[in-house]
Amino acid sequence: MHSDHGVVPEEYRRYLARKTLVVALAVLALGGSLVLALSIGAAGLGPADVLSSLLGLGASPRVDAIVRGIRLPQALAAMVAGGGLAVAGAVMQAILRNPLGSPFTLGISHAAAFGAAFSVMALDSGLMTSGKAAVTITSPWVATASAFAASLIAAGVVIAISRSRGARPETMVLAGVALGALFTAGTMLLQFFATDVQLSAMVFWTFGDTSRASWGELGLMAGLTLASTGYFLANSWNYNAIDAGDETARGLGVRVERVRLAGMFLASLVTAVLIAFLGIIGFVGLVVPHMFRRVIGADHRFLLPASLAGGAVLLLLSDTAARMLLAPHLLPVSVLTAFLGAPTFLWLIIRGRN
Amino acid sequence: MLSVNDLHFSYNGRPLLRDIDFRLERGELLAILGPNGVGKTTLLKCLNAILKPASGAVLVEDRNVLALSPGEIARDIGYVSQKGEASRLTVFDAVLMGRTPHIRWRMGEVDLLKTEAVIRTMGLSPLSMRHIDTLSGGELQKVCIARALVQEPSLLLLDEPTSALDLKNQVEIMNLIRRVADGHDMAVVMTMHDLNMALRHADKTIFLKDGNIHAMTTTSGVTPEVIQEVYGLPVHVHRIDGQAVVLPRN
Repeated sequence: MHSDHGVVPEEYRRYLARKTLVVALAVLALGGSLVLALSIGAAGLGPADVLSSLLGLGASPRVDAIVRGIRLPQALAAMVAGGGLAVAGAVMQAILRNPLGSPFTLGISHAAAFGAAFSVMALDSGLMTSGKAAVTITSPWVATASAFAASLIAAGVVIAISRSRGARPETMVLAGVALGALFTAGTMLLQFFATDVQLSAMVFWTFGDTSRASWGELGLMAGLTLASTGYFLANSWNYNAIDAGDETARGLGVRVERVRLAGMFLASLVTAVLIAFLGIIGFVGLVVPHMFRRVIGADHRFLLPASLAGGAVLLLLSDTAARMLLAPHLLPVSVLTAFLGAPTFLWLIIRGRN
Repeated sequence: MLSVNDLHFSYNGRPLLRDIDFRLERGELLAILGPNGVGKTTLLKCLNAILKPASGAVLVEDRNVLALSPGEIARDIGYVSQKGEASRLTVFDAVLMGRTPHIRWRMGEVDLLKTEAVIRTMGLSPLSMRHIDTLSGGELQKVCIARALVQEPSLLLLDEPTSALDLKNQVEIMNLIRRVADGHDMAVVMTMHDLNMALRHADKTIFLKDGNIHAMTTTSGVTPEVIQEVYGLPVHVHRIDGQAVVLPRN
């Protein structure tokens, strides 16, 4: 039918190589950021100490305790959360065909936080103390399931609205504002009935903070984030097709409804698990995919892995900065991401109008 | 190769299309005509099961399309919607996307080569590294048609392929579609608004009225009476340089 004697243009191969390079650089930057994050802190360790501890080259027990016991879990939690939220945001933007989609702007984060708080308060799945840990989740599965259930409700509303009213950016953001307000009100209701200790613990806990994850929770978050990313990557061409319009995608044999529901379901699950363990961390899911879309375009074969690595870098660096900014006080990273993300969000809106 | 038998379609219990029956051979261009809202696009979307007909059959090479999976349908039938959305993809990637129904996980070398071949034959090579959100309407329409062609379909469905284009692009796209139908031995079904465009470029026409096929003729058999019955407007059909031209009567 076609003449198959042609060659793939060199220019296209170079173009693919360039995009692969961007992803590779993001991964390299992640490695560098990890060493940096582990080196910076009150104890004053150098990168050499950190590397020798990480690689098991006979660092002192004190260095091991600081690097592996304290800094590494927090750094890994920041990486996993940043990567997971960024990928979830990229997928939501793709399947809703909406540049303002993200767990935070659609109110899914707030719903998950409400679900987790509900499980801790009402379902006795955790302990609340006003100490450093604030909330110890004693049954992570119950907390996660509850956060997931609430986030699914929010995701369901988002999908229903996008179906009936069309997923216009304005509609979606207004729906997100409404959902966010609703679930925040729910959380406040729980707070009203909480004891003083519970209240202070809950307020502290709603700040997204990466220092509270245990190794077990970290494993669950990382496993889920990576598995979901694998699923999302396998659907890259489906997301590209949906970007070209629902009908075009259907014409290409994409089961649009199924891809959309499964993507939203899984992205909400990732969000819910991250938020159940770490609290609300905003804007990463919105900003990171946008940054990379500008650099490497909207091809999800590259956008998704770049967002994963880039989100991890962004949150890890933010987390490190948040630890250092007001030292010796440790600022929760969510405060910093909000200060960085909110202006970016405004800029997106203003630019979109023009 | 295309045979539509006794097709019915309802929306919310309201019948929109009734008793649709027609046949089309490879290499033929069929224009679906009729007033706004009569169901031209609906009929087109029933042919590749984007919309599910209430009853009836659509046979492509004797296989019932309505019993196939979306992927199987997309390997046989290409579809170009009325409004192609532009995103930040290169022309090459946007056309490559047409291989989606043929792949399992990733695009292989064969997919890249087939994409290159279609881009070359459609004269899109100079644009292949441009982002499609920077293209003109005519260029984007060509990319969408190229995307449908790398699907390697035997039937091509086009929803108003020229409605958003200027005169030069209209003629260019229609000539391109004719070339493609001949070159790839493909049947083409397109919905159209512009009667003169249809008379000039199609082989056959179907006039829809009140959810039925009011008339199905070869293009040369279209009479002023049929047009008046369907559109409710008295017209003349003149011949200018051997080409039929429809003009409203005052």
